[in-house]
Formats: sequence, C-alpha cells, structure tokens
Amino acid sequence: MTPTYYLLLSALLFAIGAVGVLVRRNAIVVFMCIELMLNSVNLTLVTFARVNGSLSGQVMAFFVMVVAAAEVVVGLAIIMSIFRTRRSASIDDTNLLKY
Amino acid sequence: MPTDLMLGPASEPSVFAASGVASSAWLLLALPAFGALVLFIGGRRTDGWGHLLGCATIVAAFVWGLVEFFHSTSLPAGQRVQNLHLFSWIPVNALQVDFGLRLDPLSLTFVLLITGVGGLIHIYSIGYMSHDRDRRRFFAYLNLFVASMLLLVLGNGFVTLYLGWEGVGLASYLLIGWYSDRPSAATAAKKAFLMNRVGDVGLALAIFILFAKLHTTQYTEVFARAHTLSPGTLTAIALLLLLGACGKSGQFPLQSWLPDAMEGPTPVSALIHAATMVTAGVYLVARSNPIYDLTSSGRLLVVIIGAITLLLGAIVGCAYDDIKKVLAYSTVSQIGYMMLAVGLGPFGYALAIVHLLSHGFFKAGLFLGAGSVMHAMDDETDMRRFGGLFKRMPITAVTFGFGYLAIIGFPFLSGFYSKDPIIEAAFQQGGWRGWVFGLAAAIAAGLTAFYMTRLVIMTFFGPARWQELKNTDGNDYHPHEAPATMTIPMIILAIGSVGIGAYLTIGNRLANWLTPSLGALQKADNGPLPSIVVTIGTLVLAAIGVLVAILVVGRRAVPVTRPEPVAWPVRAARADLYGNALNETLVARPGQWLTGALVFSDRMGVDGMVNGIAALFGGSSGRLRRLQTGFVRSYALSMLGGSILLIAALLLVRFSG
Amino acid sequence: MSVVHQATVAAVTNSGTGFPVLLGLLLWPLVGACVVVTLRGSDKAAKLVAMAFSVIEFALAVVSLFVYHTGGARIQFSGGTTWISSFGTHISFGMDGIALVMVAMIGFLVPIVIGASWDEKLPEGRSAAGFFALILTLEALMIGVFAATDVFLFYVLFELMLIPMYFLIGGYGGINRRYAAVKFFLYSFLGGLLMLASAIGAWSYVQSVTGNGTLDWATLAAVLPHAPLSTQIWLFLGFFFAFAIKAPLVPFHTWLPDATAEAPIGVGVLLVGVLDKVGIFGFLRYNLVLFPNASKTLAPLLLVLAVAGVLYGSILAAGQSDMKRFVAYVSLAHFGFIALGVFAFTAQGQVGAVSYMVNHSISTGMLLVVIGMVIVRGRSVRVEDYGGMAKVTPLLAGMLFLAGLTTLSLPGTNSFVSEFLVLIGAYQTEPVYTILATIGMVLAALYVLWLYQRVMQGPVRGNALIGVTAGPGAAADPSLGARKAIHDLSGRERWVLAPLVVLILLLGFYPKPLLDIVNPSVGATIQAVTVQEGN
Repeated sequence: MTPTYYLLLSALLFAIGAVGVLVRRNAIVVFMCIELMLNSVNLTLVTFARVNGSLSGQVMAFFVMVVAAAEVVVGLAIIMSIFRTRRSASIDDTNLLKY
Repeated sequence: MPTDLMLGPASEPSVFAASGVASSAWLLLALPAFGALVLFIGGRRTDGWGHLLGCATIVAAFVWGLVEFFHSTSLPAGQRVQNLHLFSWIPVNALQVDFGLRLDPLSLTFVLLITGVGGLIHIYSIGYMSHDRDRRRFFAYLNLFVASMLLLVLGNGFVTLYLGWEGVGLASYLLIGWYSDRPSAATAAKKAFLMNRVGDVGLALAIFILFAKLHTTQYTEVFARAHTLSPGTLTAIALLLLLGACGKSGQFPLQSWLPDAMEGPTPVSALIHAATMVTAGVYLVARSNPIYDLTSSGRLLVVIIGAITLLLGAIVGCAYDDIKKVLAYSTVSQIGYMMLAVGLGPFGYALAIVHLLSHGFFKAGLFLGAGSVMHAMDDETDMRRFGGLFKRMPITAVTFGFGYLAIIGFPFLSGFYSKDPIIEAAFQQGGWRGWVFGLAAAIAAGLTAFYMTRLVIMTFFGPARWQELKNTDGNDYHPHEAPATMTIPMIILAIGSVGIGAYLTIGNRLANWLTPSLGALQKADNGPLPSIVVTIGTLVLAAIGVLVAILVVGRRAVPVTRPEPVAWPVRAARADLYGNALNETLVARPGQWLTGALVFSDRMGVDGMVNGIAALFGGSSGRLRRLQTGFVRSYALSMLGGSILLIAALLLVRFSG
Repeated sequence: MSVVHQATVAAVTNSGTGFPVLLGLLLWPLVGACVVVTLRGSDKAAKLVAMAFSVIEFALAVVSLFVYHTGGARIQFSGGTTWISSFGTHISFGMDGIALVMVAMIGFLVPIVIGASWDEKLPEGRSAAGFFALILTLEALMIGVFAATDVFLFYVLFELMLIPMYFLIGGYGGINRRYAAVKFFLYSFLGGLLMLASAIGAWSYVQSVTGNGTLDWATLAAVLPHAPLSTQIWLFLGFFFAFAIKAPLVPFHTWLPDATAEAPIGVGVLLVGVLDKVGIFGFLRYNLVLFPNASKTLAPLLLVLAVAGVLYGSILAAGQSDMKRFVAYVSLAHFGFIALGVFAFTAQGQVGAVSYMVNHSISTGMLLVVIGMVIVRGRSVRVEDYGGMAKVTPLLAGMLFLAGLTTLSLPGTNSFVSEFLVLIGAYQTEPVYTILATIGMVLAALYVLWLYQRVMQGPVRGNALIGVTAGPGAAADPSLGARKAIHDLSGRERWVLAPLVVLILLLGFYPKPLLDIVNPSVGATIQAVTVQEGN
C-alpha cells in the first residue's frame, strides 16, 4: 500500500482547515475548520500506523478524538455564551482581551 | 644659604620620661578642656558664672604652667626634654600613634605665652562681652581654643600636633563666626577654615611621608632618624610642612583669610589671630628644626615666603582705614618676619621665638586697645571716623602707645630687641640673599612705622571727627574709658611690650633656655654690612616712615570718607594686592562652574543613562504589546507562520548536511 | 587537597563558642517583629515594644563584644547546620572582628532609628506596627548578612534584605517613593544576580577540583585562591558588581540619592549607615579572600573608582540643594575613602576602612537624623527655604555643626581616626591616589560649612522659617500667617542624639578597643591576599 494519496488528502484537508480558520469570521465555521485540521492529522496518524504496522499511531488518533470531543464541548459552550451576551458569532467582534 | 652651612645629622638631645611634677602636665590640657566641657554641657544654666569658670581654669593652667616651668629650670639643661606618655591613641601594627606630651623649653615657653596672654584676654573679655547674652558660650569657645592650642604645642608627635592644629582651627572658625547672623562673618569664618584646610592637607601629607619612610610619627623617633632620609624626601616634607604653616599663619599665598577673620570679636582677634594661633606655623617650623636643618632648599623657601609676606602685609597695611584690618595686615607682616627668621635655620630659630613672644605681647595689647576704642565708639572700626580720642580714653591711648612704640622698633622697647636681630641675621646670610632678604626686612620696618603712625594719629590725635557724625543707630558717639577688667590686661600687656624684649634677649637668655629644643643660636659674620650699620639704617628707615605719616595724615585734614580715585599703588593695596581676586578667578569661579556642570551631568549623564535604559525597556515593551490585538485570526496566522518557520528550519537542517 | 581538609577541620573546631549569643542576635528581632506586627491597634504600644526589643538586642550585641576573644580564632560564634546537602550549602553563621563591629553597630543604630522615627508621619492608612516590624525584620536580616559563613546563605540574605527595605521606602517614603523603591530594588537585584552567577561558577570550580561542590566560605577560601587568574577575574567581577552597586562606587551610585531622598529619615539611616556597608564588607570578606590574585590585578581599577568617588561625591554634595540628597553624595565620597583603604592592601588602610564603616554609620547617622529634625521643623528639604536657623534653634544648630564636623573628619571626632588610617595606610602603597584623595579633605570642609552657613547662619530667612510664631523669626513676616512654633530640641530628640555624640567623641579620642577588635581579622585578610605588609 502506498501512503501517498492518503497523505495528499490529509494535507489538502489540513490546508482547507487552516485557510478556513484564517479567513472565516463565523465562530462555528472556524471551529469546524479546526475539527477538519484535527481529523486530517488523525488521517496521517492512521496512515503511518498502517504503513509501519504499529498500533501507537491509531492509539494517538483515539486520543485526538477524545480531546477534540472535549474541546467541542467547552468551545461550543463558550461560543454559545458569547452569542447570548453579544448577539454575534463573529470572532472579530470579540477582541476585548488585548493589550 | 651657602652650602658649607649645611649641618650634619641633627643630634637629638636625649629624651627623658617625665617624672614628678612633669608627669602631671596633662593638667595643663585638662583644666581648660574641663572648663569648655562644663560650659558646653551646662548651657544656659552656667550663664551666671560661666565666664568666671572660664577665666579660673585658664589662670589655673597658667599657674600650673609656671610650676612646670620652674620645675624644668631646676633640671640640668641636658634633661629638660621630657616625654609624657598618656595613652595609646591610634595603634595599628607599625603605626603607633601615642597621645602624649613633650615638655621641653620650646613647648613650655609657648605654654606660658598661651595661658598668660590667654588669661589676660579672658579677663578682658568679661568686660568686652558683658552685653552679649551668649557670653558663656564665648568662654566655652575660648577655653576650647586654649586647650587645643596647648595640645598643639605640647603634643609629642605630629599627629597630636595635628589634633591641636585642627582644634584651634575649629575654635577660630567658631569665634570668627561669632556674629554669625552677619553674612560677612559667616563667610569669613568659612573662608578661614577652608584656607586652613588647604594648609592642613600639606601637613597631613607630610605626616604620611614621614610614616612611609620612618614608620613613626612621634617627634623623638622622627628627629633621631631624620638624617636617614634622602634629600628629596626631606625637601618634600619641609615644603609640605611649610604649606601647613602658611595656612595657619596667614602666609603668602594663603594670607587672605586673616584680615577677613577680623569679623570676630576683638578679644578673639587679639588672642587667636595675633598672639597665639597664627604663630603656630612658626612653631611648626621651629619644632621641626631637625628636619629643616637638613634641607637648605626647604629653608630657602621658608625665607622667601617670609620675605614676600612681610612686604605684602606691610604694603597693604598702609592702605586700609579699618583699624582692625590694619592690625591684621600688620600681624601678617610680623609673622612674615618670624617665618623669615625660622627659615634662617640655626641662625634664626631662637630669634623667631623671641619676636613671637614680644609680638604676642605688643600685638595683643594693640588689639585690646583697638577693642577698647571700638567698645567706646559703638563698634565702629573706620579710623576716618575717629580722631582725638586721646583725651577721652587716656589709659587706652597710653597702653596703645607703648604697643605702637614696640612694634615700630623704638630703641630699647620689645620690638627693637626682637625685630632688629632678625634683620641683622637676614643681612648676615651674605651674597645676594643677604641683600635681598635684609633689604626687604628693613624696608618693611620703615613701612611698619608708617602705617602704625598713621593709625595712631588717625585714632588718637587730630580733630575729633566723630563729633559731627552719628553711629549706625543714628545716635551721637559717647567715647569713654573702658572698665577695669579691660584696662588692667591692657596695662599688663603694655608693660610686657616695653620690657619683654630686653628681658629675653639680654645675655641671650631665651636663646640659651631654648637650646635643648632648637640647638644653639649661631651667628654668621659674613654680612655685607656691620651690624651697627644695619641697626642704625633700620632706625633711620623707621624714622622716615614716622615722618612721612606725620606729613601725610598729621599735617592735613583727614577726610571722613575715603578719597577716590587714587593712584594705582593705593588701589592695588586696597584690593589686598589682588590676592582675593586671584583666588576668585583661579579657584572659586572654576569650582562653581565645575560643580554646576557635574550636578547637571550626574542627573543627565549617569542617572540619565540608567533611566534611559529603563525607558528603553519600558518603551519597547509598550510597542511590542501592540501585537496583542485581540483578534483570534491574527494569532492563528502568527501561529501558522511560526509553525512554517519551524518546519522550514527543521527541513533545512535535515537536507543541508 | 590537604589545604581544604585543614580549613574544614579548623572551621569545625572553632564552632560552638558563643554561637547561642549569635543565634539570639539573629532571632530576637524576628520575635520582636512578630510581636510588633500584632499591635496594629495601638501605635504607641507598637513603638514601645519595638523600642524594648531593639534595646535588648543592643544589650545582646554588647554581650557579644565581650564574648569575642580578641586574638582567638578568626571566625568565632560559629555554628549551623546543613541546608541542601546535594548543593553543599549550609545554614551556618559566625563572626570575625569585622562582622562583629558591624553587628554591634546595627544593634546600636536600631534603637536610635526607632527613637528618631518616633513621631514619623506615616502615610494614610499605614500603621506604626507595620513600620517598626519591618525595621526589626530588616535588623535580623542585616545581622544575618554579616554573620553568614556560607556564600549561598549570604546571597539569599543579601537579596532577602531588599524586601523589607523595598517596603519601607515604597510604603512609607516621600512623593516619588515608588520610583525610588523600584530603582533601589532593581539595581540591587541586578547586582545580586551577577553575584549568584559567580557563586555558581565558584561552586562548579570547587566541585571540579575537590570532587564535591560546596559553598562553605572557609572551603572556598582554601580552594579558590589557587584557581587560574582568568577564572578568578570572572568570578571576582560577579561579586564586584554586586558590591559596587551596594557600596556604592561611582558609576553605580544613582539609586542612592533617590533612595535616601525618598526614604523616611530612620530608614535612610539604616540604608546609608548599614545596608551600604554590606558592599564594603563583601569586598573584604569575599573578593579579597576568595580571589586574591584577581584583586591584585584589578586593584588599579578599584582605586580609580575610589578616588573618583571621593572627588565626584564631594563636588556633587557641594552642589546639592536637597539636604537628603546631600547626605547621599557625602556618603558616596566617604565610600570612596573606604574603598581606597580596602584596595591599598595595607594593614592601616584596611583597619581604617573597617573602622570607617563603623564611624561612617555613626557620623552619617547623626547627620541624617539631625537633618531630619531640621526638616520636621521647616517642612522642606530645600536648603534655600532655610537660613539663620541658629537664632531660633541654637541647640539643633550645634548638633548639625557637630554632625558636620564628624562628617568632615575633624581630628577629635571618630571619623578622623578612620580617615587618617585610610590615608596614611594607602599612602604607603598608592601615594598618587592618596594625594588625589586628600583633595577630598578640603572639599569636605567646603560642603559641610557651606551647608551649615546656608541653613543656620545669617539673618533668619527662608520660606520654612518666616512666619513662625516663636523665636526671633516670629516677627519677620507676620503676613504669611501663624505657623506652628519652631522649638529647639525636645527631650526625646536629645535622648536620640546623646548616644551618638558620646560615641563620636569617645571613638575620636580612644578608638583603641575598636581597632583592636578589627585588627586581627584585617591581618588575616591581608595575609590571604599575600601582600607583604610594607612596614
């Protein structure tokens, strides 16, 4: 099995996610883009696990999923409460934490 | 000085440990010091009897000084140098500074002068200071002065001398600044202390060199080993000691504080700035005679300084109208004579001490007389406002007259016996030195006669100019004779002015007595003129001075205000021959400028750099924090950029080698 | 390394004698601080308790003077315990003669400081309890710094000492107190870090030579002098910067005028009188003994700084119009003299320097306390606000004059003995620097007498005095309204000054006991530098 295509796909997904984080303003979309990046990393991990015949890559992918799930819980909660107070989900509107 | 007069190693006479009466010599110091201490601590509580305590302690010290003196005369001449160890003062390894006394003819002579004249002036001050509410503090200062002065002359090493030296400087500061609410008095006091301090540095450095070379500062050892020093070292020590002497004795180029010191009360001028403290420089050189004996170039400089000063003092003294300032410049000039004499080495030490003693009497008497005049004339010092006071205050005038005759060298009075030998000795040095120094001394004698005659005529004779004038409070003057506490000391001092010179010099009485301390008085016979010619010539010069003064101020009306403009010699003399102007331009102005510049550069330069570094950090962090915009997306971008950089760096490392 | 072995053996055999006294000296002020800090309710009780503790501490210090055996072991009162065994650090204390006289001086000064701060106006919302507790804490830490015999412990206490001082300046000082406190802290802290770096370097050098690293002073003193010159110089410089800032020497001094000007008077006395002495003490105890070759190599640099300090400090003192800054610059000049004595490497110079440390505490303490009394009356630190004050308060004027005399080292006062020893000692080896330094003698007279003239002499004048309702100045200008009467010294103020006056005269005429305590320790230091004493 050649990992090339898997890795290319993973890189593409990561790039899409990164660009999304940088250019989109909606907090939910940014959040989804982060998930996209995490999952592209998962794909890479699983690919190499498969190529090397080692399980640790797959274990790591599970860890990432658990962390991502936890992150979603906390992150969405924060986004929700910001939306409730400020009536906006744009991340450019929440820039109070600065110099 | 011809080199064949260079002496071999000085033979320090054997020094004996003090015993018997001499071992209680510390009482001499303790009595005045005790008086000062009680008056300082007692404060206002001693107002009623403080002045009496002050006088009593000094008189007691005088009596004790007499006891010591007669004890010493009862000893054979070879055993009169005694050392009294009191306690170890500053002991650090090789440096063993003892607090001890040296009783020898020289110090005992000074003890009698200090306590004797000091006692008389103490008594005089009871009357003179009777209107001052701080009179007991005045006596505390006077006692402090006497104690310090006694320590100065009695100390058995250069460091104890230095202690007394600075002590008298302190007392002098306090007393010059007695009327310290007058800014001029405060400034004069400060000036005196500072100029003395310049001299003190010289004395201190001389002590440092002595310790570096001889590992001791005690007289006995220094004098015994002085001949082991190299000529260069000896000259350096001699010059540094001379610097100290110049500061304390108001010698050129540090003379300008002494006339200003007349801001102090008149008894202070008489005691400190005429009779005793200002002669300490002469004492220092005479005391260090084993060192000066070994360095002819050092002695030459002493003579030069003395000659310059005696002329300078006499010239400036002719121009002043302030009675105390004339006397002050006269003091400068007379100490110049003493300096010249000690500079002559074994030919002059004893002569200097004789002149010092007789000067102590007649100058103290003159100052007390001037004080009596001022007391009568509501503290007026301008002689142009005096005149005709003879009739109002005959005792003062007569006692003053004896002092006057003594100082101008009238035959068979003190000054004649003390000053004339100095002029002779100066001539007898032979060669150009004999002519230069001898003529300088003789001409100054003529000038002395002029300014003193001028002073006496303007004060005591002629029309009573004060009758048409008002004092500073707008009242008429009411001159009156002084009370007995003031006149009795003046009378005693006048008797001294008449007789002391003859008493001390006939049969070389004092010179012989001082031999254990100063070596035998030598006489050189290679002068260009026979001594009788010198004596008569000096008398003729003095007579010319008197005559000129009579013609200038006696035969003409004296204007009440100072005539202006005048010819440049008078202008120069009135300006102290530009001594102050020189100090001002060379020291004071650059000093002020330097101070201002350094204060500025410390704030702006040194501290500015420190604050600049702080500001640099503060400012740059202020700019850097602007990067925290609060926009999540810009943080994400910088994270991405950072990651790419990191990966690029890793790849570069991996594939480059 | 048999040398090391002998040294440690010697250190052990010396331990024990008198250690309880030292322990008491260290702990008693801390106990006092704990008690005082609980007395927030009553300022008066706090003052009295603090005074009682400090007086007993002084008594203890006097006891330690008698326990000390002159001519005995170099470090006495020693004792302690291991601290961090893997680093070879100890909590160990002990005093040589130099430390002993400084500790005695601290014991003497603190009651005076408390007395002088009795009526200190504290800022809004601050209690006397906090102030005096901080002072007692500072006292314990200062004693600890002088008594530490482990370099790491010394470092820790050296830095720890900054904390109470920081709060005393920053919390109780003048208008710019924050600026001054931060400046003081940063300066000292920077120096301290450089010293720490050097200490670590010394530790690793010792470890590389002996196989087990330690920071015990006696061991370091046996090993480090054999280190190569370049190593010594680097380590020397680390300590040097810490001490040059603390002392302070000339280019590192600018924190001192600010800190002195802003600190309350009593704190200023401790700052200038004791805290700064740690710098000189450090030179003697650490730089000279641990790095003798480097000391000799770098001595010319130090001498230049010393003489520059004398002249620069004196000239700047003459140019000050703020009386508290004046004291700071005067101290700068005096520290120049002290450094000259230390780095001339003669017995007289170093004994002079150590006794100068003590005498400077007394004379500058007196000067600052008296100036504080002037400021309390006139409510201004500016010289030009005063004039002719001697007419109104003659006794205070006399005290300022006496303080001035000891500041200008008049013979008969305590400072003279030290200055004379420093100069005569330094002249033996460094005549040129000494001659330059003697100019400072003249300048000292200038700045002291000029200050005295401006403040005390002449007619009564100046904003601070005109309009007072008592004394001859009262009638001068009634239009400015009635001011609180200006009185001469109160009973409390007399009691504060009396011990200083007595000590000034006593040590001026009979300094032998002090010199005898100091001399053996200085002898040991000189021997460590292995300079043949020239005489």
